[in-house]
Parts: sequence; structure tokens; C-alpha cells
Amino acid sequence: MIPMDINEVRGIHTLLVLIAFLGICWWAYSARRKKSNDEAAHLPFDDDEIDRRTLEKDRTEKKQ
Amino acid sequence: MMSCFLHTCARILPHSKPIGKAMSTVNPNLTYNYKVVRQFAIMTVVWGIIGMSLGVLIAAQLVWPSVNLDLPFTHFGRLRPLHTNAVIYGFGGCALFATSYYVVQRTCQARLFSDGLAQFTFWGWQAVMVAAVITLPQGLTSTKEYAELEWPIDILITLVWVAYAAVFFGTVMKRKAPHIYVANWFYGAFIITVAVLHVGNNLALPVSAFKSYSAYAGVTDAMIQWWWGHNAVGFFLTAGFLGMMYYFVPKQANRPVYSYRLSIVHFWALIATYVWAGGHHLHYSALPDWAQTAGMVMSLILLAPSWGGMINGMMTLSGAWHKLRTDPILRFLVVSLSFYGMSTFEGPMMAIKTVNALSHNTDWTIGHVHSGALGWVAMISIGAMYHLIPKLWGVREMYSSALINLHFWLATVGTVLYIVAMWVNGIMQGLMWRAVNADGTLTYSFVESLEASYPGYFVRWLGGVIFVSGMLVMAYNVRKTIKQKDAVALDNAAAQVA
Repeated sequence: MIPMDINEVRGIHTLLVLIAFLGICWWAYSARRKKSNDEAAHLPFDDDEIDRRTLEKDRTEKKQ
Repeated sequence: MMSCFLHTCARILPHSKPIGKAMSTVNPNLTYNYKVVRQFAIMTVVWGIIGMSLGVLIAAQLVWPSVNLDLPFTHFGRLRPLHTNAVIYGFGGCALFATSYYVVQRTCQARLFSDGLAQFTFWGWQAVMVAAVITLPQGLTSTKEYAELEWPIDILITLVWVAYAAVFFGTVMKRKAPHIYVANWFYGAFIITVAVLHVGNNLALPVSAFKSYSAYAGVTDAMIQWWWGHNAVGFFLTAGFLGMMYYFVPKQANRPVYSYRLSIVHFWALIATYVWAGGHHLHYSALPDWAQTAGMVMSLILLAPSWGGMINGMMTLSGAWHKLRTDPILRFLVVSLSFYGMSTFEGPMMAIKTVNALSHNTDWTIGHVHSGALGWVAMISIGAMYHLIPKLWGVREMYSSALINLHFWLATVGTVLYIVAMWVNGIMQGLMWRAVNADGTLTYSFVESLEASYPGYFVRWLGGVIFVSGMLVMAYNVRKTIKQKDAVALDNAAAQVA
């Protein structure tokens, strides 16, 4: 077997990185991910109740 | 179109599945740790004023050299690293701690992993900054740019950072929703990468309490330094602040991020590319040519993820552009994204070797850094603070919206003056230094290029003064906001939720 040249290793590495990138794009944009993406995108809008409770608690603690 | 419809539904019906399911599992007594966020938010403003005032002082020294007072402690060479440390780690660092602790709690619906460790990170980080103020003017420095602090302080930074990682990732692990919101991915990458870079770059042999020698030598030392240096830009000053962008832009615009799918691709592409770009700081040096070219090519590729992120942030406002007319906080956030887009276009251009042959060692580099630092990092932090501070103190909004608007214009005008002055100076210096006569001798001496730079130095100083005056307006507004807290406080916070 002919030993692999360092430049062939670099070429294969570039290909692997390209495949990984395309894989991430395919995964992120797949229809299967749509529901999860929408749920995740809404996380900043889901916790007002805990925020209000925190402020109430901080306020009562301050009074004591 | 369909996704817009879904977003709207989910906002109108917050208890519809699946979000309602996630909420119902939350402990009814759960509260957040806002104390540490408040502490870091205040110190963001304090270090911002200290660090930027130091910048104005050393800018004045370049126009009027006698302003250095002829003392070693107030000399440009000693105050310049204090300026960079105070703005990057004091101002930027406190803004990152404050917002990451806030965002990770609110998007994971979990209290910080440990209140005690969070307090340790606050006091530890302030101790690091005070140590910088004490040691740097004395000339105690490791001489590595953006890593000047000597080895005992480096060890303290490492301890604080490990505690920071424990608090942040411990909180992510306590999350109630299955997803980790994209802002936390960026904050997480920033925390991990800065840990690796800080330890790697600062490996050194101490010879006394405040003197050490780098573990690396020659061009290897230079490459390690700029592997650190450029990633201080890429992870400390970019990834962390992109985390800020992905939470505060949607919150202030009151609509979800434009494309969550794009944010996933943006994240992986950005973090995979940034670490390779440092070689562009060493063009035409003893660094092997292939490493210089790799640095240049990776810097050019970086344009794509940078602009992907910028577009994602900007387009979050699509359909709500009118809010820019009435909301100065949103204006801060959106203009910061414009400066981000501008400087991440300029950066790859400057990384091209032939362009770098003109720009290297000139004021153009300083202009580029400040278009990122003032335009992007400072303006998004300021916008985030104006969003955050009323919420943390339980009031509906900042004391004065007119003062936020005034600050916005001071910041914008100051930044533009600064950048334009440095562009003009930089290109002029580059052209003067390379000009040769027919017989091959240099057309200009170095001092002639320095003399020609004076008007630009004056305009830069003026831009800095204007920017700092905006920070003073902010400090006044923040103080008034906190003081009005007891009067209106929670009635307003409740009204805001309903």
C-alpha cells in the first residue's frame, strides 16, 4: 500500500468538513425540525410568571 | 408565511401546547437570582465610564503629548493596556456576565445553579479588574496584547472562569424545556473557548511575584498570541455579544428571531471558522506563508456566517420597522447590528494580504477595532442594559426615554467621528510610508506622516469625548431609574405582564 501524502489527508479533511457543514444545514432546515425550532424560538417569551414572582419576592424581602 | 402564522398563534395563546406543557412542570415557588445580574449591570456602566475615559485621556496624549504629565504611571504605554483591559474585561465582561446570567435563567426557566458561586464570580471579577488598575500603571505586564495581566491575576481569572462555567452550564442542565435556546449556545461557546485560550496563551514560567516569561518562543509565541488575540475578538467580543443579540433583539421587538434554522447554521459556521483566522495578524512576518494564507482564507470565509447572523438579527424586525421610530432602545440594538455588519465586512478585506500591506501598523487597524468595539459591542450592550435595568428593578421603563435617545445620538456621532478619522489617517499613513522617489529613496520620513496625522488624532479625541459623554448621560438615567423604584415598582411590572 502506498503511504498517504499529507496533502491527501488535508484534501480528505476539507471534504469531511464540507460534508459536516452540509449535514448541519440539512438537519437544521429539515421539515422534521420545524416544530422543535418554533418551540425553541419561543423560549424567551414563556417565563413572565417566574419573572413577576422573583420581583415580588425581592420586594418583600427588602421590606423586612 | 406559515411560520409567521404559527408565531402569532403561539404568542396569542401562550398556554397552547407545547409551550403550556413546558410551563406546567415548573416549580410554582421558583424564582430567579436577579441580585447578581443587578450587580454586574451596575458595574457595566461603572467600568464603561472608567475604561472609555482612559481611552479619551490617551487619545488626548496623542494630540497634546504633555498630557502624559511626564510621569511613568500616566504614560501612554502604561495606560493603553489599562484602557483595553477596562473596556474589554471590565465593561464588556460585566455586560456578558450580567446578560448571560439573566438570559440563561429566563430561557431555561431555572434559577442559577449556585447563588454562592455566582457571588464569587462577581467579587472575583471585580478583584481582577482592581488588580489591573493597580498593576498595569506600575508597568507590571506580561506584554501579551489583551493578556497583559501577570501570572497571579491570570490564576484568579482562571478560578473565576471555572466558577462561571459551573454556574452557567449547571443552570442549563436544570432547564425545564427540552431545547437550549440559541443565545445560550453562543454564551456557552464563549465561556468554553475563552477558558481554553486564556490557559493556553498564558502558560508561563514565573520568576518572581509579578514577573513571568512565556512558555513559547519566537514565531510560535507570536502565533499563540494571535490565536488568543483574534479569538478574544471572535469569542469574547463576538460570540458572547451574539448571544446577547439573540435574546434582547427578539425581546425588545416583541417577536421571535427571524429564522431559528439560520441561527443554528450561523452558530456552527461561526465557531468553526473563527479559531483559524488569527494568522492574519502576522502577514509578511516570520510566520510560514501557508499559515498566513490559511489565516487570510479563513478570515474571508468568516464574512458568510457573520453576515448570516447580522441578517438574522435585522430581519427579526421585519414587519415591525415602525418601532424604530419610537423606541430608542431598539435603535441602539439595530444600529449595533449595522456596525457589526460593517466591521465584519471591513475585517475580511483587511485580512487580504495585499490590503494588509497598506493597512498594517496604521491607524486604520485602530479604526476597525473601534467600529467593532464602540459600534457593535458597546452599542448592543448599552441597548441590552436599557432593556434589562428597568426589569431588574421592577419598574416599567427607564426614567427618561428622551435621555436614551440623546445617548443614542451621542454614541452614533462619536463612533462615526472616531472611525472616519482613523480611516483617513490610516490610509494616508499607509500611502506615505510606501511612497518612493524615482531613485528608490523614501518620499516621506516617519515624522512627516506623524505630523500629517494630527488633525485625525484631534477628531478621534473629539469622537471619544462625545461617546463618553453619552455614557455619563446613561449613568444619570440609570441612577434615576433605580431611585424611582420604590415609588412605582411592582404595580408597573405586573401591568406590563398583563
